[in-house]
Amino acid sequence: MSSPQRSMRTPLGRVRAYGASGQGTGTFIGQRVSAAALVILGLWFLISVVLQMHGPGFVDSIDFLTSPLNAVGVILLVVAAFYHMRIGMKEVIEDYIQKHSTKTLLLLLNTLVLIALGVGAIFAVLIVNFGA
Amino acid sequence: MAGATRPQDKFRERPIAPHLQVWRWHITMATSILHRATGVALYGGAILFAAWLITIAAGAESYRYVGGLLASPVGQLGLYLLVAAFAFHLANGIRHFIFDTGAGLKPSDADSTAWFAILFAIAAPVGLWVLVTFGGLHR
Repeated sequence: MSSPQRSMRTPLGRVRAYGASGQGTGTFIGQRVSAAALVILGLWFLISVVLQMHGPGFVDSIDFLTSPLNAVGVILLVVAAFYHMRIGMKEVIEDYIQKHSTKTLLLLLNTLVLIALGVGAIFAVLIVNFGA
Repeated sequence: MAGATRPQDKFRERPIAPHLQVWRWHITMATSILHRATGVALYGGAILFAAWLITIAAGAESYRYVGGLLASPVGQLGLYLLVAAFAFHLANGIRHFIFDTGAGLKPSDADSTAWFAILFAIAAPVGLWVLVTFGGLHR
């Protein structure tokens, strides 16, 4: 049964489900949509921080994040950046890590750590604005 | 090759596709590698960004370490390099948007836009530094 010649399965049946997962186009579009958002959000964030903050101090940071425009911009930046990063790092892990268990673990961490940090970062902006 | 017909050669490792070590370096190869490298660097930068937000929300006491790191010479150099990495990933990302439309793929065009992305990555942090020094609120 294990020999391919003796199997009752057809060659097509054997290779089915081993091919592309069918998610490539969605990932491709998602990567580009988030990239387009990040062109605007990334540039906006860098320039705003530079123009509005004296340095990386605590009070300066609070002042920056309590402006409603900055708070919304930072939350959008976190969402777009973390979504985009997850796609990019997934590709890097799949390219360079061959061992199945290590690859699975890293892909899992790539998803879970980014969700945890992303939700934490968004909640942090809300706490700064509305109190703990 | 004559040796290829010897029976034991059947079990030799077969050659794999030519990789980095056999290619003459060219600029579009550098931008491709840099795009991935700066992407990974920015992944680290984004984690730092999240740490900034979370420790700010946790209060002045927990922010002390992150704030101290950001203000230290190592932190400032790190931020400078992150700005350069962002500038490269941005410029090269826009280059990829152009490639997606099917334009700019002629080798001479791809080469010149590659150089543009690299030069932009060098110039942008300097420009931002000028903005910090002469543009915004002042220390």
